[in-house]
Amino acid sequence: MMIGNWLDIGPITQIEPGTARTLPVVGGEEIAVFHTMRNEFFAIVNKCPHKQGPLSQGIVHGDVVTCPLHNWNISLRSGKALGDDEGCVPTIPLKVDAGRIYLLRSAVIGAQDKAA
Amino acid sequence: MNAPMNFEEGKPAGQVRERLVVIGNGMAGCRAVEEILARDPGRFDVTIFGAEPRVNYNRIMLSPVLAGEKTFDEIVINTQEWYDDNGITLVSGDKVVEIDREHKRVVAASGRIEPYDKLLIATGSDPFIIPVPGKDLDGVVTFRDLDDVDKMLDAAEKGGPDGGQGRAVVIGGGLLGLEAAHGLNLRGMNVTVIHLMPTLMERQLDEAAGWLLKTELERRGQTILTGANTKEIIGKDGKVAGVRLEDGTEIPADIVVMAVGIRPATGLAREAGLEVERGIMVDDHMVTSDPAILSVGECVQHRGLCYGLVAPLWDMCRALADFVTESPSGYEGSVTSTKLKVSGIDLFSAGDFSGGEGCEDIVMRDASRGVYKRVIVKDSKVLGAVLYGDTADGSWYFDLMKKGEDVSDIREALIFGQAFASGGALADPNAAVAALSDDAEICGCNGVSKGQVVSCINGGAHSLDAVRSTCKASASCGSCTGLVESLLALTLGGEVESGPKTMCKCTSFTHGDVRKLIVEKGLKEIPQVMQELHWTTPDGCASCRPALNYYLLCAWPGEYEDDQKSRFVNERMHANIQKDGTYSVVPRMWGGLTSPKELRAIADVVEKFNAPMVKVTGGQRLDIFGIKKEDLPAVWADLNAAGMVSGHAYGKSLRTVKTCVGSEWCRFGTQDSTGLGVQIERMTWGSWMPHKFKIAVSGCPRNCAEATIKDFGVVCVDSGYELHIAGNGGIKVRATDLLCKVETEQEALDMCAAFIQFYREDAYYLERTAPWVERVGLQYVKDALGEEGAVERYAARFHYSQQFMQDDPWAKRAAGEHEKLHQHLAEVRPFPASQMENA
Ligand SMILES: Cc1cc2nc3c(=O)[nH]c(=O)nc-3n(C[C@H](O)[C@H](O)[C@H](O)COP(=O)(O)OP(=O)(O)OC[C@H]3O[C@@H](n4cnc5c(N)ncnc54)[C@H](O)[C@@H]3O)c2cc1C
Ligand code: HEM
Ligand code: SF4
Ligand code: FES
Repeated sequence: MMIGNWLDIGPITQIEPGTARTLPVVGGEEIAVFHTMRNEFFAIVNKCPHKQGPLSQGIVHGDVVTCPLHNWNISLRSGKALGDDEGCVPTIPLKVDAGRIYLLRSAVIGAQDKAA
Repeated sequence: MNAPMNFEEGKPAGQVRERLVVIGNGMAGCRAVEEILARDPGRFDVTIFGAEPRVNYNRIMLSPVLAGEKTFDEIVINTQEWYDDNGITLVSGDKVVEIDREHKRVVAASGRIEPYDKLLIATGSDPFIIPVPGKDLDGVVTFRDLDDVDKMLDAAEKGGPDGGQGRAVVIGGGLLGLEAAHGLNLRGMNVTVIHLMPTLMERQLDEAAGWLLKTELERRGQTILTGANTKEIIGKDGKVAGVRLEDGTEIPADIVVMAVGIRPATGLAREAGLEVERGIMVDDHMVTSDPAILSVGECVQHRGLCYGLVAPLWDMCRALADFVTESPSGYEGSVTSTKLKVSGIDLFSAGDFSGGEGCEDIVMRDASRGVYKRVIVKDSKVLGAVLYGDTADGSWYFDLMKKGEDVSDIREALIFGQAFASGGALADPNAAVAALSDDAEICGCNGVSKGQVVSCINGGAHSLDAVRSTCKASASCGSCTGLVESLLALTLGGEVESGPKTMCKCTSFTHGDVRKLIVEKGLKEIPQVMQELHWTTPDGCASCRPALNYYLLCAWPGEYEDDQKSRFVNERMHANIQKDGTYSVVPRMWGGLTSPKELRAIADVVEKFNAPMVKVTGGQRLDIFGIKKEDLPAVWADLNAAGMVSGHAYGKSLRTVKTCVGSEWCRFGTQDSTGLGVQIERMTWGSWMPHKFKIAVSGCPRNCAEATIKDFGVVCVDSGYELHIAGNGGIKVRATDLLCKVETEQEALDMCAAFIQFYREDAYYLERTAPWVERVGLQYVKDALGEEGAVERYAARFHYSQQFMQDDPWAKRAAGEHEKLHQHLAEVRPFPASQMENA
């Protein structure tokens, strides 16, 4: 993949393990970037498929976030609601290299299309 | 025979050997040569360049060398004779600086030029140096080769500045860092390990195993700082003097070992124009983008992966040798496993343990032996394993994993330790529930009717958990759990499996057991509770983590460090999340009293931050709505400036103390209810509770402050104070029970403190006083507090714990604590689409 396709959003240390931080996209959907307790990183659109709860504010366990509003469990890996809930939130491809986080640029922009 | 000899001595004419040049005299480079020699010893003229001034040795054994368990001679793999016997030219201590692909030759630092027919790049990797100030100081070392080991041994020998014990700081709590720390510790140094992540070796271990490892290393005298971010390496006279962390902590050091990771050494290849991503790109035969150049070892990237362990290198070298000797086999990638080479610590990890959809964790803990085992299964196959304390089965799991064997037949035996057998039945079918109509609402949160619950049970959901996950009843606030359980019992008759209600799916213990055991066994950290009480999951769930966090906070005030990750969002943000994702802010107004200054500050905040609504709450204070997450610290700072602190309207904690006007103004008033309310609120604010806790004080039995539907209510009478408990104004209204009557304000305050503490220590997490008293009985509470000296004891414990609770969380946040929780990372402003195409 071409270097230019990845958007550098800064060092991994800016997100405490077990939490998420947000990345507003002008004219698009806000993205939540997660750092799990097991040191994995994920990026998804910051909108619960149930009633748009801010997933970045949920409790993170394993690779799952529990939505702060009504406790849906969302897989950070697939964006899918787990258990018997149905719904899906767009995921944004992410990679970590030399301590920095990169998001796939086209997906950052594209997040707006899918969700709109 | 008189066959003409080639000018190269000893080689028959017509069989000019191809020239193979190897860059890197390390583990992979030499192994590749060995593999080739084993297949076809006469094929190549071999020249090996090594930057290190020595023969090839077993790099992984540098750890035992550092620890004093081995000498360098013992870890040499190939002696000089081996090179000589096989006609290999070893150019050691001379680094290759250029690959000239056009002329097919390499150039070394000494100026030596070596032509090649085939080139093998085996440059391994370079230690990653974190770019902090002071990284180049004398005394900052990495852990990669023998020279590094020598530097560490020197430092250990020299000791501290005044002849005392030498102090080493190891940055990085991964495999390498911990082996370095262990070695330095054995060499008599005082060692501190700084690790960025909350868990040691988080790539190989989960939280549970990481905690066991940390405890063991601490027991051996090392200081382990997790979640610690290095800000700077401090120097003195050009030499290292210590390390400063982001939070300001300074750790003195005579040597700093950076062991934060490695990066494939790709510089030469990149400059030569070979295809390089993270590593040098190779195909299944270890061929790079130039057919004359091969590469193996840590410097390569194969099918998207770079490796940092030796096992994959062996597989790579076999494939490479097969290929160059014209019997290509192909390398398909490796599954790796890890062991830590620290004597006395048994630890094994393999495969993927990050969990996820469809993964099942099988966990076995044996606290008495310090054993933790976890096997991750998906689609009946072993996906990964983490073992601590007993690694005997490591290779078996690894084997099952590599072969992808179906384990459904041995699933039960895969890990020993049957879940605790469930105890006797409790459920007592409830006639009132039976009498409800089908459309009666059972779960208010999720709008589920009795009919829906029953049909969901009939549809196969035979347990509380199943009902929760299929129709959501009782899955949110849980207040209808009792109803759902009754429905289960009514619908299924005796078939519902209802052991004593366990805390959650992760344990077979009840809340009561867990609370008792935490105190009895002196358990002081979440992973310790999980280990000692044999949790069946690796790191708990969203239901038990907050409960454990509270129990520990209550049991060990001042000692236990609150685990932010185990708190619900409201308690982490110190504000209430609203349905649109914004927050409401409720500053404390002591006893419902306020002042022009406070009101002005609130008015200013409302205007400054465009809060769309302000409301008088039922708790006699003001609620500011619609505040954005990122504005919270600024809002708090403004409110703090006017002397206001957090109202904890968001927490499982003391909320508010409602008062009426009382004897000060009211013609009916018997006592100063307002003043007492203020005193009570000053005494109790900030305390974390099993659930929210509300108090009120009314100045006479007309009870305008509605004290008899509070968790603790005071009703003043002519002769003193009636103290009421366990009222509730929520979904199910419950009037208080009279606890006792006292004569003085002081007695009222003491009893209030004692009652709260008893509730804090006895109730289950998320159990309000009303259901708690109904469960344990009023008499139980009266007896407990009625014992000789009990009120004093409980009150004293409450006051002790309050010392640590009464610091305003808003003030800390406004001053910058956890600022990352509030700020966006950045903002993306996309370019117009046309520009994007070219980006
Ligand atoms: C302390 C320690 C403990 C370890 N423990 C384990 C363990 O327990 N288990 C495990 O599986 N793995 C372990 N490893 C990792 C293992 O050692 C490596 O995976 C392995 O050594 C990689 O082999 P390699 O040949 O790719 O690189 P290396 O062994 O590093 O060899 C590369 C060689 O190339 C040389 N070189 C680089 N550039 C040039 C150049 N331009 N010109 C000439 N020479 C050059 C280097 O000097 C080096 O000698 C450990 C590593 C260390 C440092
Ligand atoms: C039994 C007869 C009652 C009488 C005679 C009575 C009398 C009073 C008086 C005189 C006040 C005004 C105090 C002041 O601001 O000067 C008052 C306030 C109030 N009363 Fe009552 N009351 C009675 C019952 C109740 C009951 C049953 C409730 C609610 C359950 C109630 C709720 C209130 C409230 C909320 C206030 C305002 C208190 C405050 O904001 O400080 N009253 N009452
Ligand atoms: S409770 Fe009694 S003292 Fe208080 S305001 Fe009401 S009437 Fe007055
Ligand atoms: S909005 Fe996420 S669970 Fe309802």
